[in-house]
Amino acid sequence: MDATAPTMPRLRIEGLKSALVGPFNLAVQRGDCVGITGPSGSGKSLFLRMICDLDPNQGEVELDGEPRSRMAAPAWRRQVVYVPAESGWWADQIADHFPKDRRAPANDMAARLGLPADIIGGAVSRLSTGERQRLALIRALLIASPVLLLDEPTSALDGDGAARVEAILTERMAAGLALVLVTHDPAQAVRLASQRFVMAAGHLETAP
Amino acid sequence: MSTTISLTPWDLAIASSLIVFDAILSLVFRLGLHRQILVASARLVVQLVAIGFVLKFVFALKNPAVTLLLILVMVLIAARETAARSERRFKGQTGLAIGAASVASATLVTALFALTTALRPHPWYDPHYAIPLAGILLGNILNATSLSLDSLLGPMAIQRNAVEARLTLGATYWEAATPYVRDAIRRGLVPIINQMSAAGVVTLPGIMTGQILAGLDPLEAVKYQILLMFLLAGGSGLAAAGAAYLAAWRLTDDRQRLRLDRLAPARGG
Repeated sequence: MDATAPTMPRLRIEGLKSALVGPFNLAVQRGDCVGITGPSGSGKSLFLRMICDLDPNQGEVELDGEPRSRMAAPAWRRQVVYVPAESGWWADQIADHFPKDRRAPANDMAARLGLPADIIGGAVSRLSTGERQRLALIRALLIASPVLLLDEPTSALDGDGAARVEAILTERMAAGLALVLVTHDPAQAVRLASQRFVMAAGHLETAP
Repeated sequence: MSTTISLTPWDLAIASSLIVFDAILSLVFRLGLHRQILVASARLVVQLVAIGFVLKFVFALKNPAVTLLLILVMVLIAARETAARSERRFKGQTGLAIGAASVASATLVTALFALTTALRPHPWYDPHYAIPLAGILLGNILNATSLSLDSLLGPMAIQRNAVEARLTLGATYWEAATPYVRDAIRRGLVPIINQMSAAGVVTLPGIMTGQILAGLDPLEAVKYQILLMFLLAGGSGLAAAGAAYLAAWRLTDDRQRLRLDRLAPARGG
């Protein structure tokens, strides 16, 4: 970052904390990815949940300079979209999880991620873990939000599947997406992230 | 009611031999229930005789305040029961408050409706009508409330990922919660719908049976039963909807989160 011409970060986090974790300070620029690794239970998922305001928290988060506190929670979550490690499904049919006008683009993206053609027409119960993971990611990507918070987005995928996901993410970042990526794979963090941190006991430390 | 056959204590003593029979059954088949059967039947006798005296006293007073007080005590006991029955519970006194609010409002609204339209006793608060009416309403309303509460809290806790998936995609809390609220109300209404469908075909409803045994003309008894069923249906609907909405409302906050941290830990886990 050029200190003489500070650019407004896409996502700015200041003093974000809960009873369990934090405080966190972080700035993510447009087109940047912050990679977070760390042991299970260290607070990585809690951190992402706090950013999208899914758990009670204190502190300020800003999107392009606009404070979260001035936005209604649903509007905030549409712009700072969180994809949890374990995907959630509220209907039996996959198609019911996609608005009608997004089903065609969802199929296109599914094909890019190596999913069977017309997978959207099936039932959720027949999906494998990896298929669910990719469909949940597609669901979130179709919102085209300025910020994505991804929790282990490729944990159930093989090398080829992960590469396809990374290709789409890189593309989106080139278009301005700010990404906060939690991953168990340090190599993935190196490939995607310009800032890398390790979560340890509820605190972020710069990765070695 | 000249045709009423009055029961003597001796008649009841003879009937109690059936309880002894159940206890023997338990001993012979090692059901381990004989103690429970005896305790339960003793409780039945003591509780009913006590309430009989209380009712006789309150009926004689014909005092609206005393009548209301008795009904409120009944409501509170029912509310405690709804809160205690639920598989998943709120921390602290929230469950009791939700139970009390939905049970009390459904009972009072339905009872007042009946007392001022169909029944119209003089005076309208005549404990002779108001108390038994509140009692039978409470039984059903308690059921509807606890079913509704249980069917809201359980599924919302288990399907946390599904609810939160909608929230993370920008849905409002109520968009995500309404399917659960709807299911909870539906579950609360199922027993009264079953009761209405089965009445007269599979079962002879208790009130009607009691009135016929007490000597009332069957058609008169039927009219009362129909009125009561309608009242029970209305009360159940009010209570189920009230409990489901209050519980769903308590499960969120000003940032439209799903606040499962307000539930006590699941039992048996």
